[in-house]
Amino acid sequence: MTELWEVFQLPFMQRALLAGLLVALMSSVLGVFVVQRGLSFLGDGLAHAAFGGVALGLLLGVEQPLWVALLFTLVASLGIAWVRDRTQLSSDTAIGIFFAVSVALGVMFVSLETEYSVDAWNLLFGSILGIGREELLIIMGVTPLSLGLLGVLWGRLAYATFDAELAQTDGVRVRGLEYLLFALAAVIIVASVRVVGAILIAAYLVIPAASARLVSRSLSGMTLLSVVFGLVGTAAGLVLSFFLEVPSGSTIILTQAAVFVVAAVFARR
Amino acid sequence: MPLLHAPALHVHHVSVRFGEAEVLSDVSFDLDAGEFLAIVGPNGAGKSTLIKVALDLVTPLTGHAALFGEDAGRHPERVGYVPQLKTFDRTFPATVLELVVSGLRRSWPAWVRAAERDAARAALAQVGAEKLATRTLPKLSGGELQRAFLARALVRRPSLVLLDEPATGVDFLAEHDLYDLLERYQAVGGATVAMITHDLAAARYHASRVAVLNRRLHGFGTPDDVLCESCLKKAFGHLRHAHGIAV
Repeated sequence: MTELWEVFQLPFMQRALLAGLLVALMSSVLGVFVVQRGLSFLGDGLAHAAFGGVALGLLLGVEQPLWVALLFTLVASLGIAWVRDRTQLSSDTAIGIFFAVSVALGVMFVSLETEYSVDAWNLLFGSILGIGREELLIIMGVTPLSLGLLGVLWGRLAYATFDAELAQTDGVRVRGLEYLLFALAAVIIVASVRVVGAILIAAYLVIPAASARLVSRSLSGMTLLSVVFGLVGTAAGLVLSFFLEVPSGSTIILTQAAVFVVAAVFARR
Repeated sequence: MPLLHAPALHVHHVSVRFGEAEVLSDVSFDLDAGEFLAIVGPNGAGKSTLIKVALDLVTPLTGHAALFGEDAGRHPERVGYVPQLKTFDRTFPATVLELVVSGLRRSWPAWVRAAERDAARAALAQVGAEKLATRTLPKLSGGELQRAFLARALVRRPSLVLLDEPATGVDFLAEHDLYDLLERYQAVGGATVAMITHDLAAARYHASRVAVLNRRLHGFGTPDDVLCESCLKKAFGHLRHAHGIAV
């Protein structure tokens, strides 16, 4: 216990814990709508769009490539929503197209750089222990905004998730909400990629919500449990990774996966 | 401003196209308050589209729909809608009580207030489903789900109830229970009902007005006037099967 206390006296561990918990909070609430709408592939697609954006930012030589990533990911996210809205294609197909194009562009941008950049590839694997003060501030700014928006819109989002047509007959602006949800996903994912990495953010967005879905009777219960699972998985994974001396992002996701297995065992049938 | 004595449902020269396909062509009729309308016609006749025009879910190419003298979609609280049950995600985590409260609140409830709980339980009792309140949606049979959605539609005490094939996937008894419930609701509050059905016998027995539709309106009137061979033949193309049909 004393050793654990000492671990969290270290500034980089404090930053890692705070950032991880904030990302868990945002992605767990958003994840409920992602999972329930059958958009589990969205996190993967947008995280790779973020990679393309960071690669473009590095190529352009901007000071903070995350801002370019945000714009790039927003365009990709709204593009996916537009394809879903305007065509008969499934979500997976729309996401798959933007996923492939974003990765192709990202690889091309990286290859065009004159100097080999560690940062663009580093993004794919995450580095929660290496998170800087500025990145932490971005997450601290995004968290209340996104949680506030999700809180205000929860009832309407949940209604539209249950049945878009019913919600629309009751005056809910379903199409606008859908675009807003996709834009919010883009913002949350870009803010989170530095914490868990592009490869793992998708799982971060899906596993706590999916675990909660297995043992919940209602969407509000699923939301609360998703948050609890996300926070517990993050804190436990971070501590485990420190003592086991293994990669933190991977350990957080594996801890969340262990929670999923337990939930699956106790799932309501 | 609502017009005094305006029809409950006014459909005025409504035409709808989806791409190249003409779904509704110049459909017009007035349904007076307190009537029970059955909308009949073959598959693909535009019946659901007509209901969606009345709900302002589909914007017609020409014409318009009005409810109680005001544009469709202006007062959702006056309309109770029971959609086709086959379109629902039956795995959605929700209790029947939450479903019914969503009809009252016109949003999905994160938690249910005491007054909402009482109103939802009363609506469930009205459709004989008070025992379903704490059950989850994935655990309901077709007939139970139908009652839950009907309670959801009636909980706000609507002046107009619109139902899209409410009898699909339910057995004979549940279907007739539904019609009895609707007639009781009408008798108490004088509400108007418009229902899509494939059951011509039910339309003849329960409805006071029948609309025969196949893209165009082929007949609108009392069941005796409209459910005749010539009118149905125009809408369905033919009537005779080896075993005949019961109208």
